[in-house]
Amino acid sequence: MIEKLNAIRRQAEKEMNKVASYGELNDLRVKYLGKKGELTAVLRGMGSLSPEERPQVGQAANQVRSDIEKILEVRGNELKEQQLQESLKKETIDITLPGQNIFIGRKHPITLVIDQIKEIFLGMGYTISEGPEIELDYYNFEALNIPPEHPARDMQDSFYISDEVLLRTHTSPVQVRTMEKTVPQVPVKIICPGKVYRRDDDATHSPMFHQVEGLVIDKGISMGDLKGTLLTFARQMFGEDRQIRLRPSYFPFTEPSAEVDISCMMCGGEGCRVCSHTGWLEILGSGMVHPRVLEMSGYNPEEVSGFAFGMGVERVALLKYGIDDMRLLFENDLRFLTQF
Amino acid sequence: MKVAYQWLKQYIDSGLSPAELASKLTMVGLAVEHVEFLEKGIKNVVVGQIKEITRHPQADKLVICQVDMGEKTVQIVTGATNVREGHKVPVALVGAKLPGGVKMKAAKLRGIESYGMLCSGEELGIDETYVSEESRGGIMILHPDVPVGKDAVEVLGLDDAVLEFELTPNRSDCLSVINVAREVSAVSGKEITLPKIEFKETEENINDIASVEVKDEELCNRYVARVVKGVKLGPSPEWMQHFLRSAGIRPINNVVDISNYVMLEMGQPLHTFDYNRLVGHKIIVRRAYEEEKMFTLDGQERIFGSDTLLICDGEKPVAVAGVMGGLDTEVTEKTENILIEAARFHPVSIRRTSRMLGLRSESSLRFEKGLDVSNVKNACDRAAQLMAEFCGGQVVNGVIDTFDQDIELLKVPLRIARINQILGTSLTREEVTSFMERLHFSFEIMGEEMIVTIPPYRQDITREVDLIEEVARLNGYDQIPVTLPFGPTTEGRKTRLQEFADNVKNFFVGVGLVEVITYSFINRKDLDKIILAEDCPLRKTVKVKNPLSDEQGIMRTTLAPGLLATAALNTSRRKTDLAIFECGRIFMPGSEKLPEETEVLGALVSGSLNRGWNWQAQTLDFYFLKGVLAALFDRLEIKDWRLKAEKLPPFLHPGRAGSIHVNNCLVGYIGEIHPRVQDNYDLEEKTCIMQIDLAPLADASPNVVRYIPFGKFPSVQRDMALLVPESLAAEEVSAMIRAKGGEILTGVSLFDVYKGAQVPEGYKSLAYSLSFQAVDRTLTDEEVTRVFDQTKSELFAKFGVELR
Repeated sequence: MIEKLNAIRRQAEKEMNKVASYGELNDLRVKYLGKKGELTAVLRGMGSLSPEERPQVGQAANQVRSDIEKILEVRGNELKEQQLQESLKKETIDITLPGQNIFIGRKHPITLVIDQIKEIFLGMGYTISEGPEIELDYYNFEALNIPPEHPARDMQDSFYISDEVLLRTHTSPVQVRTMEKTVPQVPVKIICPGKVYRRDDDATHSPMFHQVEGLVIDKGISMGDLKGTLLTFARQMFGEDRQIRLRPSYFPFTEPSAEVDISCMMCGGEGCRVCSHTGWLEILGSGMVHPRVLEMSGYNPEEVSGFAFGMGVERVALLKYGIDDMRLLFENDLRFLTQF
Repeated sequence: MKVAYQWLKQYIDSGLSPAELASKLTMVGLAVEHVEFLEKGIKNVVVGQIKEITRHPQADKLVICQVDMGEKTVQIVTGATNVREGHKVPVALVGAKLPGGVKMKAAKLRGIESYGMLCSGEELGIDETYVSEESRGGIMILHPDVPVGKDAVEVLGLDDAVLEFELTPNRSDCLSVINVAREVSAVSGKEITLPKIEFKETEENINDIASVEVKDEELCNRYVARVVKGVKLGPSPEWMQHFLRSAGIRPINNVVDISNYVMLEMGQPLHTFDYNRLVGHKIIVRRAYEEEKMFTLDGQERIFGSDTLLICDGEKPVAVAGVMGGLDTEVTEKTENILIEAARFHPVSIRRTSRMLGLRSESSLRFEKGLDVSNVKNACDRAAQLMAEFCGGQVVNGVIDTFDQDIELLKVPLRIARINQILGTSLTREEVTSFMERLHFSFEIMGEEMIVTIPPYRQDITREVDLIEEVARLNGYDQIPVTLPFGPTTEGRKTRLQEFADNVKNFFVGVGLVEVITYSFINRKDLDKIILAEDCPLRKTVKVKNPLSDEQGIMRTTLAPGLLATAALNTSRRKTDLAIFECGRIFMPGSEKLPEETEVLGALVSGSLNRGWNWQAQTLDFYFLKGVLAALFDRLEIKDWRLKAEKLPPFLHPGRAGSIHVNNCLVGYIGEIHPRVQDNYDLEEKTCIMQIDLAPLADASPNVVRYIPFGKFPSVQRDMALLVPESLAAEEVSAMIRAKGGEILTGVSLFDVYKGAQVPEGYKSLAYSLSFQAVDRTLTDEEVTRVFDQTKSELFAKFGVELR
């Protein structure tokens, strides 16, 4: 009987190694181990055995069953692996076909530049201030030391709503409004981003454009502080190796006033087409807040001083992205806008 | 302001080249925009005198000139028609070089030998605009006093350089060459030599032959007159013509040129009258009568109001003060005697008059800026001197001057400590005084303070800080140290609305929309294009009084025209799949002086996105945009919002749009645009837009987000399909389901809407998936079934819906 059992094992091993699929292997499991299987049939014959033989044969039968199960497992794993490999091969796709067009939105280049400027000044402890785009003549001009008939009004040809109301020509009125709200407290440390309007329309001027202006009022603020602040800004905005240059200029609301140039980032100051071969790019107007402006906002210029600066965002965007026509910025051609 | 380098050199020899000078002046605030070098490589062009002109035997349009060159006489054939025997002209002899490297060669013109060329201004590189009348379009006729044989380059100033200044409005004093020279002195430290004004006067006294009466001293606080008799009109000297041309002024004749020359030199405009034609030899300065008329120099009849200041003779107006002379008293070839006017008129009055007449000249420009009152008489004298010298005139003894006050010069205190505090420098008193000396500002030292006397030509300096700027610019802005503000640390901060707006922009970019920025002003006609009714509140606009064009005539009351125009532009460029947004302000007339400005967010979508080879394209329709809106509200934690088919703007499709309500407040609208609007903008695709006010959204969005634990017990899904009348809003059904579901209903989602086969006409099938879950226990089947069944029967009772 033990002979018979061993024969079954040999036979099972042989057949199982031959099968090619998991299904066939299962059939063999039934054939050998099932209720009507060969091993069961052998065991059924155990009744005719003597009590001495029975434990021996039982042990042998269990051994054979466990051997067959082991073979089934090993062979089963082999076959599963084989099948997996085959189906992996079948499932191969053309990875060079295009993927789905995941559409990402874009911010307008002007917003990108303003965001970057805001980040730099937020990091330096500035608050962001805003104000109306349609302003009183008082805030846009008079409180900034530009009385009626002042020649400086020619510099900024304005859109008027009425005699007293106009589209702001710069974001400086926000500075005045902030000073009025803060006085007599110091420090005032703000930047004012926003839309401004002037009567100009060509490749380098747009009747609507954006400015960011900054203002610091505190005890003991000097023009050196202005220079240091602008140098910090220029380096964060345009690169660590930028230099700045201040040139005397005139704004009615600052004295002394300065135009601020940065060394050209295209040529590093060597001179190129972008900087008209001067090595410098004019990007900012700035100066020490005129004592008259401080007085009008209620500060005593003997006690506090301050600096102010302002830049055109469009100009920065044109330089930063190499755009050659201002009008592209407000035309809103998607082919343009999706490049940023 | 353009100044010839050689002109400056008459007053100061700075030892600097034109380029060096330009750079130094720029760095002290007198910005030189451009230096033009007149040198064009001309060689061997010399002055010749035409001795004889004969006809060319073979050509009607040519003549043969015998030209005296000093050592020899040469024969030159020319086609020019403005040359006469006796004229002196620039001659390019054989071997001469002209601009552009052209070399003169001997030639035969229709069989006649020609040994050179008579030159026109253009051939010598002179802009024809600034060539005098008799030379224009022909050969350059030179002044009769020019010596024959002299180098024409030297005579015409063609080796000079011209500095073009871009003056800031505070430095209008530099509309005078002498004052520019003063700046050159300040930067170079070299001394300046001013022209000596001296001339002989006749026996006759001016007060016996002329009178001046100023009737409005506010508008004319100084009027100076001189009379010069016996002038002979002719060309002015070549050097003067060159200086005028360099400044962009065309030479006319010696009298006019002198008044322009003195204006440029001293910054004081002058006017010259034909003395003999002034009725009563009288000058009366008064305001115009209403509707008073006069013919100005340009031959036009002008009509004035009482704002205008007129210069009149004994009977009629003869000039518009500071702006333009009259035709009647103009200096002409017949003029013998001249009355020179030098005056100071009120800047504002001149500005208004020149604007009103549309006449802005070099003179009016200077009057508008406000003149140095102390300079008026000097300029009049200077003109008289030059007329005596270059017009053969005799200056009548004496001067009429209506100004008899002493001019008190402004004294401004200056503290060294204050300079250093403002600039961050550590300048010494010696350094500061040296800057004052270079500026020729006199000063006294009073303890820690200096008292600086401001010269009358520097009207821009009125207080200490102006002097600090003088110190800063002469010391050099590059000498200012680099420091950072110190003091208490401040926090960098955005306002809540700014933070909110930035987040919302980021959200829109995140869901695939592209930001646009359109103009805040729109065309009134845009309101017709978006079919607003005549009485629509969106037609109450803020109007721009002086727009550049109607395109930018009014301030927008809605973002729709800007977004639609953007869609139209892109459509016209074959781009119809659009998903764009804009964040900006709209403007409504308010009750206050300033209009109301509202920060709004707009979006527009059309077409579809993500078309590809094996997946479904995303249609950019109403439900896409509503999905964006829902996601935005989800992101902002705004729970209470809904769309209502009411209060829709007229440019939306009435059946495919809704107004947006948050916490029961109207905050915006969303919808497909009206087909007529789609036509008006030539849009090919159905287009949807929305607009929301930002501020109420920010208010509705909670500041803090709190975590809510999700249930640990299993949830149960049940689906129900309902047959409902087509007109029933889906939201009513889902609201009812939510209401009946109670606490254990955690989610209702509509997963199918179906019309068609198996659904009766007038009905639609809605399929919902309901999720049930309890926080504290595992729900039993019975419990869920009970709630589910109750919900079903309630729906049946309320809406008569049938279950499928």
